Amino acid sequence: MSTLLDINDLEVRFYTPEGVIRAVDGVSLNLERGETLGVVGESGCGKTVTARSVMRLIPTPPGKIVKGSIRFDNKDVLALNRQELLAFRGGDVSMIFQEPMTSLNPVFTIKDQLTEGILLHQDISFEEAVKQAAHLLDLTGIPSARERLNSFPHQLSGGMRQRVMIAMAISCNPKMLIADEPTTALDVTIQAQILEIMRNLKSEFNMGIMLITHDLGVVAEMADRVVVMYAGRVVEIRKIRDLYADAQHPYTEGLLNSIPGSTEERKRLHVIKGNVPNLLDLPTGCTFRDRCEHATEKCAVEKPELVEVKPGAWVACFNYKDSRTKDQNKIQLTSEGEVSIDNRVSKEDRKPLVKVENLVKEFKVSGNFLGGKSKIVHAVDGVSFSINQGEVFSLVGESGCGKTTTGRLMVGLEEPTGGNVEIAGQHFYGASNKVQRRLRKEAQIIFQDPYSSLNPRMKVETIIGEGLRIHGDHMGRKEKEERIVEVVRSVGLEPYHLPRYPHEFSGGQRQRIGIARALILNPQFIVCDEPVSALDVSIQAQILNLMKDLQEEYNLTYLFIAHDLLVVKHLSDRVGVLYLGKMVELADKNELYGNPVHPYTQALLSASPKPDPGAKSDRIVLTGDIPSPINPPSGCYFRTRCNRATKKCTEEAPKLMEISPGHYASCHYI
Amino acid sequence: MLRYIGRRLLQSVIVMLGVSVLAFSVLFLSGDPTYLYVNERASHEQIEKTRQQMGFDQPIYIQYGRFLKGAVQGDFGKSLRYGQPAMQLVLERFPATIELAFVGMFIAVIFAIPLGVLAATKRNSILDGGTMVFAMVGQSIPGYWFGLMLILIVGVYWKLLPISGRVPLLEPLLRGEFGVFFSSLGQGLRHLILPGIASGIWSLSRNTRLVRSSMLEVLGVDYITTARAKGVAEKKVVMKHAFRNAMIPVVTIVGLEVGFLLSGNIIIENVFAWPGIGRLIIYAINQKDFNIVQAGVVLLAFFFVIINLIVDVLYTWLDPRIRYN
Repeated sequence: MSTLLDINDLEVRFYTPEGVIRAVDGVSLNLERGETLGVVGESGCGKTVTARSVMRLIPTPPGKIVKGSIRFDNKDVLALNRQELLAFRGGDVSMIFQEPMTSLNPVFTIKDQLTEGILLHQDISFEEAVKQAAHLLDLTGIPSARERLNSFPHQLSGGMRQRVMIAMAISCNPKMLIADEPTTALDVTIQAQILEIMRNLKSEFNMGIMLITHDLGVVAEMADRVVVMYAGRVVEIRKIRDLYADAQHPYTEGLLNSIPGSTEERKRLHVIKGNVPNLLDLPTGCTFRDRCEHATEKCAVEKPELVEVKPGAWVACFNYKDSRTKDQNKIQLTSEGEVSIDNRVSKEDRKPLVKVENLVKEFKVSGNFLGGKSKIVHAVDGVSFSINQGEVFSLVGESGCGKTTTGRLMVGLEEPTGGNVEIAGQHFYGASNKVQRRLRKEAQIIFQDPYSSLNPRMKVETIIGEGLRIHGDHMGRKEKEERIVEVVRSVGLEPYHLPRYPHEFSGGQRQRIGIARALILNPQFIVCDEPVSALDVSIQAQILNLMKDLQEEYNLTYLFIAHDLLVVKHLSDRVGVLYLGKMVELADKNELYGNPVHPYTQALLSASPKPDPGAKSDRIVLTGDIPSPINPPSGCYFRTRCNRATKKCTEEAPKLMEISPGHYASCHYI
Repeated sequence: MLRYIGRRLLQSVIVMLGVSVLAFSVLFLSGDPTYLYVNERASHEQIEKTRQQMGFDQPIYIQYGRFLKGAVQGDFGKSLRYGQPAMQLVLERFPATIELAFVGMFIAVIFAIPLGVLAATKRNSILDGGTMVFAMVGQSIPGYWFGLMLILIVGVYWKLLPISGRVPLLEPLLRGEFGVFFSSLGQGLRHLILPGIASGIWSLSRNTRLVRSSMLEVLGVDYITTARAKGVAEKKVVMKHAFRNAMIPVVTIVGLEVGFLLSGNIIIENVFAWPGIGRLIIYAINQKDFNIVQAGVVLLAFFFVIINLIVDVLYTWLDPRIRYN
């Protein structure tokens, strides 16, 4: 192998009105021909800016490459003139992005967009370019590629669009592909398809791939080597297996430990304390020292350089793992936190707190009052389950499966089309206003996006205390204030945070505010709708620990909605799997993860990337897209993607049956 | 796509029906309309007779039905003061208004697009700053004051252009008298320039800002980076990939502005003694000559609806997401 890309001491700054952002602060890395290099790190670590610098796609101003060199295939990228640069982009290096919904131009056909690049870099006729475009779509697994050429982007699903992006990226045989979070916006089963395509194409074209991601599972599966970045700097470069088995930098150690599933279940997750530092005002010395368990005085003064501490292991730390004594390493272990004692009622004695009976929710989508056929989206299609007191029940499934709608129905944020929700023995829908009001107090919700779920014009105090204004008639002012302070403390914030506005907080802190808002009325039941999926891994662990602590402290019952199966496994007692608004499998967590019986559950579990490069992957890759909930297939909804489907499945919808005590599944062939 | 346009057409008909109800009710603004048709000293019997003659004694829905039937045929009755059919009076003035609106809009669009695009691509440059200051000033100064200044400086001091009045252009064109049209084209345009600038300056300023912000937004979107990453040259990135997307909101606003220029140009018409429909309607309102008001309102609404239909069709060309839904 020979070096294809060599970045040396790269510094990129953004000159903003608030100050200078040192987005990339002395990054050196290299990529061999045909190698997949994973670049991982949390948001703001500079991974995307580094990648875009390679193609000189940094918006200037405000951005500027102030220092360093980028050599690609013996070319000095930073010295290319305009013509050379245009030939370099798309010809030598190409790129795919995270968001397939916005990375294709909505006003041009797929054909226009594919042939544009081909014609720019190859001296061929338009007809030949179209032929090539069709061939590329074939390669990326797009069915009936020729017809698809005339489609516009909005007519394709997210997974299809990402295939088009890949087709576009490989159209001119580039030597390197930069994939910036290529599957983050996709569902797991679609992600599995895209990753497989990337692997196949890589071996076919012998491309180097720079894979940028925050998902340690995806890296483990795809990369040969990994670069770990933190606050604009590279902190560790390792071969993939070494990294997961023997991380040397304290940040890498922390990151790997904070993935749910890396510690034993029911334990608290390991947490990297604090938040990612502000790039406008980086600490002196090592940028990680404020969050590091092993920081010394030296770390505050001197920046650690990236050095090879042992063969193939480049680490930027004065106190990397092998240099530490055993005692020092023990600090790490104890900080993992005590195993929390499960002091809740034993499983047999639990009583159902929340019951969902045959819940149906249909949304009407129609043109307008003048017609346009009205269509019905079957968001939730007859779902039943119950959640016991003190239990964590999880709903998993891909987008459009109805998990969020179910959650909203359970706290009275939507009116069901059919069925009912029972909270603490009381039916919610059809009950008197007075009863509903009381039940609303018992059932609260935590939202996914900590940015849009808090009103930016309200002070934290008002946001958290709002529930008391509605339900706290019996409380005096003093009492209310005390309650707010108590709740704020219980979620790990301080009373001095109360007079501030949401924009002054980080994502993790905002999510704490959201949790405090849900807790203020002392509810019994909380719906947690993807509460950690917008957060970085290290912050995610903090919030998950908090949720667990609170649950035990207040004997809360959770409905946990998530798409991340590792997180679900970590937190839940029982899990239900939804597909197109129907429950396809429901079981105790260990039973479901250990012995999934429904073909969809099996595929879902196998599609989720494991943060372990050694993991054997006998993956079931589902073909096709999730059908539209407007026009679900006849019979079993899953049959269009199922390898066991027969004629019976097209005719008859399977019922949810108890196949062993507490384990339910709906499939004709189990 | 045909269904989309069909639906828009249907909507337009409903809008026109709504307008007709409003226009119909104008007649009742100053109480019993019978008194508009009799003189002050009319006897009780004369009033009753007129009321019956005019049909004002009949139930309101019958009166509206009759109004609607007339309106569809362009018949809004006779003007009280002029004695001529109201629609005819309005139509006589209408070409002047259309001409002025067209020139105002032309100025507003033809300069706004390049200025806005340039300002966006050269963001934070002197050009950008200068354009934005110009746009700010253009939106802040009142049109009539700007018109007066144009008259004073360009017309009176420099004596470059005529300051009032109009030479008909549209009428000979519509009658097919091309000879007359071409011979008066020069003079006609000279008369149009100052009122055109005065009525277009506000839209020009707003559109420049709109094009700039719309362009900036689009230039920050992923598919622009995709295009750049493909190796597309910057000029083509801007003109091919960004421009069409950025025009979608601009078309909406321009469509609305044409409507305002048609109906809301009364002040400019007054400043430049422009014989347009705005002045006629104001006059008619003051004189309680409500038939003219009705004819004017319905005609303007009709044009407004037509222009919005055109905008909708333009959308389908600009944005395939509408075409295929």
